Amino acid sequence: MLIFEHARPGRRNYSQAPTTTASTEGIPDQFLRKKQPLLPEVSEMDTVRHYTRLSQKNFSIDTEFYPLGSCTMKYNPRACNALAMLPQFLGRHPLAPEDTGQGFLACMYDLQEILKDVTGMAGISLAPMAGAQGELIGVMMIRAYHESRGDHDRTEIIVPDAAHGTNPATAVMCGFKVVEIATDKEGNVDLNALKAAVGPKTAGLMLTNPSTLGVFEENVTEMSRIVHEAGGLLYYDGANLNAVLGKVKPGDMGFDVIHINLHKTFSTPHGGGGPGSAPVGVAKRLLPFLPVPFVSSENGTYSWVTEKERPQSIGRLSAHMGNAGVLLRAYIYVRLLGRDGMNRVAEFATLNANYLMAELKKAGFEIAFPTRRASHEFIVTLKDIKDKTGVTAMNLAKRLLDKGFHAPTTYFPILVPECLLIEPAETESKQTLDAFVTAMKEILAEIKEQPDLVKNAPHTMPLRKLDDVKAARELDLCWKPDA
Amino acid sequence: MPFIPHTQDDIAEMLASIGSDSIETLFDEIPDDLRSGRLNNVPPGLSEMEISRLMMERAAQDGFYQNFIGAGAYDHHIPAAVWQITTRGEFYSSYTPYQAEASQGTLQLLYEYQTMMASLTGMDASNASLYDGATALAEAVLMAVRSHRSSRRILMPQTVHPVYKKVVRAIVSNQKIDIVEAPFCAESGRVLPESLEKFDDEEFAAIVIPQPNFFGVLEQVNELTDWAHRKKTLAIGVVNPVSLALLTPPGEWGSNGADIAVGEGQPLGIPLSSGGPYFGFMACKNNLIRQIPGRIIGRTNDLDGKQGFVLTLQAREQHIRRSKATSNICTNQGLMVTAATIYMSLLGPDGLRRVAEHSHANTMDLLQQLEKISGVKKVFNSPFFHEAALKLPKPVNLVLARMKEKGILAGFDLQAFYPEMGDTLLVCATETKTAADIQNYVTQFEQALK
Repeated sequence: MLIFEHARPGRRNYSQAPTTTASTEGIPDQFLRKKQPLLPEVSEMDTVRHYTRLSQKNFSIDTEFYPLGSCTMKYNPRACNALAMLPQFLGRHPLAPEDTGQGFLACMYDLQEILKDVTGMAGISLAPMAGAQGELIGVMMIRAYHESRGDHDRTEIIVPDAAHGTNPATAVMCGFKVVEIATDKEGNVDLNALKAAVGPKTAGLMLTNPSTLGVFEENVTEMSRIVHEAGGLLYYDGANLNAVLGKVKPGDMGFDVIHINLHKTFSTPHGGGGPGSAPVGVAKRLLPFLPVPFVSSENGTYSWVTEKERPQSIGRLSAHMGNAGVLLRAYIYVRLLGRDGMNRVAEFATLNANYLMAELKKAGFEIAFPTRRASHEFIVTLKDIKDKTGVTAMNLAKRLLDKGFHAPTTYFPILVPECLLIEPAETESKQTLDAFVTAMKEILAEIKEQPDLVKNAPHTMPLRKLDDVKAARELDLCWKPDA
Repeated sequence: MPFIPHTQDDIAEMLASIGSDSIETLFDEIPDDLRSGRLNNVPPGLSEMEISRLMMERAAQDGFYQNFIGAGAYDHHIPAAVWQITTRGEFYSSYTPYQAEASQGTLQLLYEYQTMMASLTGMDASNASLYDGATALAEAVLMAVRSHRSSRRILMPQTVHPVYKKVVRAIVSNQKIDIVEAPFCAESGRVLPESLEKFDDEEFAAIVIPQPNFFGVLEQVNELTDWAHRKKTLAIGVVNPVSLALLTPPGEWGSNGADIAVGEGQPLGIPLSSGGPYFGFMACKNNLIRQIPGRIIGRTNDLDGKQGFVLTLQAREQHIRRSKATSNICTNQGLMVTAATIYMSLLGPDGLRRVAEHSHANTMDLLQQLEKISGVKKVFNSPFFHEAALKLPKPVNLVLARMKEKGILAGFDLQAFYPEMGDTLLVCATETKTAADIQNYVTQFEQALK
């Protein structure tokens, strides 16, 4: 039932809005709305019950193992939420004077300094509101850098075929042409393809390392040399930073610009699809272009750095300073982990991934890159199973839901057929991983004995398989009272 | 080890299964010369008790103020149920609803949100949200250019939020889109429709129409929308969602209604929290639905014919279309929209209208009392909604500093964006302010002006 179907005309919540009527003096009738909007007329308890029940139809980290590759679904500590929601933080207006926000600004400054150290970059701006915006800002800085040098012919961004779809989409939004390069058999970027692709038109290369194939680009230093010698810059997509946190710094790998997905590596909540937060970091030569505002500190007093101090900045990408509340959660998380905890993130994320890979291999699943170490994630391909039984990666994913596990990422990266990208994250125990392996073994047996059971999954969810084609053909995006 | 559950036995068994003798070995594909040393600027870890102490001290340092600043972010009462339910783990810690059968909670909520926003804005459809109001406007500009095809120029009044204008420029400038500014009338504080005559012979993909505008002033939206449509230019409304409980929605502006409505969703149950996370909303007419960026939820059936919800029109998006996508956006602001949907449900049409009316009445009350002070005068003579500009006889920064000492953030100094306006204060008193709060403001203001 939809919330609108609980409604009755005239029902309202007397404690949630002013009870007296107020005048709209001064607003002429021509500006006033004639028909009231379709908001539900329900009681407070109706609302609480309806949305509590809806929440129970979701899988979440708090309720299920969520091995979603390249998404880093780790535990979101409750302290991060509770402390970011202290009333003084929540009540602070974005345009309130700096001296009424020194406590908040101190947290932001500390976070910038910590992220600088972790990434090996010279400067950080916390402004970007999501991974895709971090990418956009990063590529905008690459463009601004070349333009500031009068180097106007650099019109191409190189992107490996394993990259997230946001990489090419971002390059196009910045007015660049995308040049895609291939991956070799071992899962590394094909160096010859890279050498052939670079030239005087190269503005930069966007790279995720470890890649979305779940392996570390062993030739990253060589790639860095090739791109830099051609006059291009190196962009680090921080989607998989969790795998190397504290082990390798993107700055040491030669990257000029990076973004960090705080909602992955720094455990801020995914919230059913946002809000994200994706600070950008830059090497020294790109410092003048960092987006504003960011925080500076002088004699213990914190203030915003704006366009005034940074005239070459690419500017502002949000109405205020970015997703402050998400940044606070990330800050609390890094302080809870500390220096040693930070190192352990990559260690145990990697241990979990390699253990799960080994166990699934023993169980009879085909690993896409069997000779390589897993980073914090790895790929299982069901190509052989599909050819023999018709059961697809999506079928298996849906069957996992029946067994109480969220599905891994399916059909990404696109270059591995029938793939499952599996990322267990460091916060899961061996016992949970073992239970997952048991479920995978059961499904493998089901595929042999009763493939239709798997093909028609899920069976135990609130709904069975949903008709996507109907949804796209007969668009129904809003409820209508008389429909 | 914080948040890592492994025992020594677990580690030993796992390494044995892998066939490695240490965790360190698992990193052996990383070249030695790339391995980083110690993280010198990351302090040692804290316990939850210690970090709680630190954060409470920092929060206390920032304290509480009576806030009369608006300028795009508004202080409204947020019912307790909103964030208690929103932060339930099933909403808070779930991912984007790609696996529809395991995400019906989030998907149905987003469908309800789309219904509420489409109705509030008077449009046919809404997406599932964007980052914030400023980026929603930038996306609307890109959408207008995509659908217009022959023009890459946008008419942008100077009464649009100045930071929104900066953000739009930053985002669209690399796509060869021109932003042409339209001036406002210094007496009325709004764009005069007749002043657009000079643009009659020029082609634009869209005009941006803020309602209320950055000064709180109500624009002549009917005339501006019809002017645009006569020229085959799209009309993009930038609106405050709370105001829409009271004001004519963009879908009903002029003869045919605006084409796209966007705005900042923060007033709908999102705390001010230093500027984010908020959410941007975007709604449009039917003919533009396939150009809309971001996520969209559709209602459909499952194999048994039961009603269910899925992400739809995904063929527009980056994970399918890659370099040909309508936008690079992949997230919406899911959790913020969860809060806004619960907020709108708790308030209902009558409650939201009362919030709007009381916010307006409080601002009127404050202005009427302030105007009695010698030298204090409303800058514009037009109708407005819940926010207005005041001319002061003393430097605004001085007055603001004195008010702050009394625990009051008295408003926003308009000189920051409009230096030509001189000492002008933008002030807003929402429904959260009592008669006593307003009286206290007036008393302190008189003192501050002495």
